[in-house]
Amino acid sequence: MSTKVNLPVWALTAACGLFSITGAHAQVSVDQPWVRATVPGQQATGGFMLLSSPTDTALIEADSPISKHVETHEMVMQDNVMRMRQIPKIDLPAGQTVELKPGSYHIMFINLKAQVQEGSDIPMTLTFEDVNGVRQTISITAPARPLASAPHSNHHQKH
Amino acid sequence: MSISLKRRHLLTAMTAFSFALYGCSRSDELENIRGIDMSGADIGHDFLLTGTDGKQHALADFKGQAVLIFFGFTQCPDVCPTALFRAAEVKKMLGDDGDQLQVLFVTVDPERDTPEVLQAYVSAFDPSFLGLYGDLAQTRKTASDFKVYYEKVPTGSSYTMDHTAITYVYDKDGQLRVALRHTQSVEDYAADIRQVLSL
Repeated sequence: MSTKVNLPVWALTAACGLFSITGAHAQVSVDQPWVRATVPGQQATGGFMLLSSPTDTALIEADSPISKHVETHEMVMQDNVMRMRQIPKIDLPAGQTVELKPGSYHIMFINLKAQVQEGSDIPMTLTFEDVNGVRQTISITAPARPLASAPHSNHHQKH
Repeated sequence: MSISLKRRHLLTAMTAFSFALYGCSRSDELENIRGIDMSGADIGHDFLLTGTDGKQHALADFKGQAVLIFFGFTQCPDVCPTALFRAAEVKKMLGDDGDQLQVLFVTVDPERDTPEVLQAYVSAFDPSFLGLYGDLAQTRKTASDFKVYYEKVPTGSSYTMDHTAITYVYDKDGQLRVALRHTQSVEDYAADIRQVLSL
């Protein structure tokens, strides 16, 4: 399980002694996160966001108090068949913005403890690991957008 | 159209067939559609499922309306809400003709999609949308009749459903006319549905 403590990057890098000063600022940025609201009784939903990192990094774990399990998934369309798979990590190549969005990657909240109410703030903790094995944990809250939300609305919403 | 092609009447039959085709072309043929023309395809002739309105439903119940059918499940975070959102957008784009469109969402996961969950889910997109469900055998038969693939796939802590993400469009006489792919736009959907409504 991921640690809930949001350790400053400098602490991690100092501990590992692997980075230059520039590397010490290799903070992953999480933008425009949102979670799809659910109806009562619905057991799972997806979370979406924009991730970018100045260095090669990967999202290796996500955690949230709203559900029993949190997984990283990828959706693939093959011959008009939708296939969704758990993936061990989502790679964030240096300097590239990776979109977790419908039709691609998402964070899957499974066995929800309660209905995800539209407009509520969903806390989650994201754990990233760079190519040197240095981890950083970022805690965020993501607004729950209506169940009936447009699939590509990331760019239309102000952060 | 049933024209029996007996060899000795081949010429007569062919002539009749051409006239019949000519006659159809004005009113009954789809032109330059954006999806796949399914007219005459030998699939998805009918279903018998329970609706989230508590009633049994078959295709004939929707005579006089164009019908959109999509198979999915409510635990689906991605494709299913996108498909239903698009269907709601299309209905809006059709304006007054939107009333002539009935959207049906058939669950491939009846074990988890209880009628209550299904009802709340589909009506979150549009109150007129109808969810349909059957038991496991009915679900399997319906999917098979509609050439819809689905399969339960274990994920780390639960299971998900792989499933065909095609939307079928029926004309007002309950004939299958178009299959639209998930990657197509709201505009593609609206254009084809307008054409089907005008048949």
